Amino acid sequence: MSVYVDENTKVVVQGITGRDGAFHTKGMLDYGTKVVAGVTPGKKGQEVHGVPVFNDVATAVEKTGANTSIIFVPPQFATDALYEAADAPGMKVVVCVTEGIPPLDMVNIYDFYLDKGVRLIGPNCPGIISPGKSKVGILPGNIFKQGNIGVVSRSGTLTYEVVDSLTRAGLGQSTCIGIGGDQIIGTNFLDALSAFQIDPETQGVVLIGEIGGTDEQEAAKFIADNMDKPVTAFIAGQTAPPGKRMGHAGAIIAGSEGTAAEKIAAFKNVGVPVAKIPSELPELMAKSL
Amino acid sequence: MKLQEYQTKSIFEERYGIPTVEGAVASSPEEARAIAEKLRSRVAIKAQVLVGGRGKAGGIKLAENPDDAFEKASAILGMDIKGINVKKVLVVKAINIAQEAYVGVVLDRKRKCPVVIVSGEGGVEIEVVAKETPEKVHQFPINPCAGMRPYKARTIIGKLYDDQNKIKAGAKILMGLYKAFIDCDASLAEINPLVVTAEGDVLAVDSKMVLDDNGLFRHENLAALRNLDEENPAENEAREAGLSFVKLDGNIGCVVNGAGLAMATMDLVKHFGAEPANFLDIGGSSNPEKVVTALKIITRDPNVKVILFNIFGGITRCDDVANGLIKALDEFKVDVPILVRLTGTNENEAREILSRANLPMFTTMDKVVSEAAKLAS
Repeated sequence: MSVYVDENTKVVVQGITGRDGAFHTKGMLDYGTKVVAGVTPGKKGQEVHGVPVFNDVATAVEKTGANTSIIFVPPQFATDALYEAADAPGMKVVVCVTEGIPPLDMVNIYDFYLDKGVRLIGPNCPGIISPGKSKVGILPGNIFKQGNIGVVSRSGTLTYEVVDSLTRAGLGQSTCIGIGGDQIIGTNFLDALSAFQIDPETQGVVLIGEIGGTDEQEAAKFIADNMDKPVTAFIAGQTAPPGKRMGHAGAIIAGSEGTAAEKIAAFKNVGVPVAKIPSELPELMAKSL
Repeated sequence: MKLQEYQTKSIFEERYGIPTVEGAVASSPEEARAIAEKLRSRVAIKAQVLVGGRGKAGGIKLAENPDDAFEKASAILGMDIKGINVKKVLVVKAINIAQEAYVGVVLDRKRKCPVVIVSGEGGVEIEVVAKETPEKVHQFPINPCAGMRPYKARTIIGKLYDDQNKIKAGAKILMGLYKAFIDCDASLAEINPLVVTAEGDVLAVDSKMVLDDNGLFRHENLAALRNLDEENPAENEAREAGLSFVKLDGNIGCVVNGAGLAMATMDLVKHFGAEPANFLDIGGSSNPEKVVTALKIITRDPNVKVILFNIFGGITRCDDVANGLIKALDEFKVDVPILVRLTGTNENEAREILSRANLPMFTTMDKVVSEAAKLAS
């Protein structure tokens, strides 16, 4: 087991002929991920690091049996790529790395994915890795180690920081999911936590949150109501100046200003330990197991 | 990106048929007088700034006649409101207000759809109303597939008015406001107050729109409306280079990749007893030029005593960052110590590049930040 991706994951890379797409295709292949196809409209017949390129996702899936897509296309074309990915019969999981997709596009895309029953991770995320099995993303594979800790994070690079310290402390990971920092995302903390709760390989979860929104507060409630596996947390932005990103009208709806202090209090109230600095997480996690 | 009131007013009126108050924008007292002459009425002179609370700060005044408009505009133009110099005023007909309400559209990240907010308490800050009398604020999530339908608009506006004519007029305005919100990729579209005049007309008296930066690539005409002179010049320069930068008051310059890690780095700087000089995210897929610009911006701040790089490579390649750092040091002199922590994608290549320049390279975030805090104290 593991969550969302494993040794049966077969990946199609959308935007494979671009700089980042090609670079990270190599990274995924080097890690051992089964990258079976690439898509760039009009580039059918080319190969990128030995991976065949197709004009469209449906054909790529039909010819190669891909069940997972990763999207590297620029924001102007990413909305189309997201619809195309979920529309391909047999698609199970789509990871969208692209940053800068208009949030109102994501509103409709979110509903489309619900309708199609396809799991979307991101956008604006580093992807997902089940160490030793499959990496679908841009995460540096060498810092991960197979094990029993699930990691879920709104941040990219902060996740690497935390995973690196977990690995150094001997705490391997079952699956690490970077859910992305945008307003509208396909997979949120609740989805990831419920997947970790039922995953037999996962024994404990590290959650990395940040200021803005109320996802962490909802996660705290979910943990209290639905989880018996231990969770530890870190919240970035404890010293961030207020007024970033969230407008006040947004804060009204959320019923909260989305500060780090509120989020930390929400976790502590339900007995979830919160690290003061990222390097404290491994010890806190080890103690909870 | 925030738009000025006069910019939003003209978008609402010209493109979405929302009735607003007659008037025009002026950059000088002479222009204000000319507009008042044309309007043949008492006028309101409103400072055009992107900060709230301009009324309380004296940025809105009534004028009885064109000469008075000249006087009042002279007083407001050049005024400082929350650190912003007033360069333009909106001159509009003074109206007789019978009733004020609030109507706004925002994107709700939790419900993943647009939400319309209305309140019978208009003309005041909606945040305050929501806090003190939440029962007076009504929220309506809108199914994005259905969009804003006339029946829905009438239902929502029915929370504000009993009179059918007013409901009809208000619903038409809400249809326009919702369309503006969607068309312009806004994160907020707001009319506050929505006014019923003594004559029974329903009008948008103050119009506000905040556009989501991610949508600007498909709205060239809107992107061109950016009010550069109200934004921090360093933050503008950073944005043009694809960096996300916020100036702070401390003395440790931070160059980090990723917003989460950048915030965690700032948290750690404080944890070790120092203060960050900035938030700076060089973003993913960095090219060396971004690093050069980042260093240029940071070294211009005289408070900075030490510069700290904290890079964990994923889509950002450590060698790109190292090359940018070397390039910057070739182009201009940096007088403060630079401490570098690079790890992740292409880390070994980066180490080699930096060792040729004799730059110390740290392996952990705790070490590099504690060392920087020591040097800065």
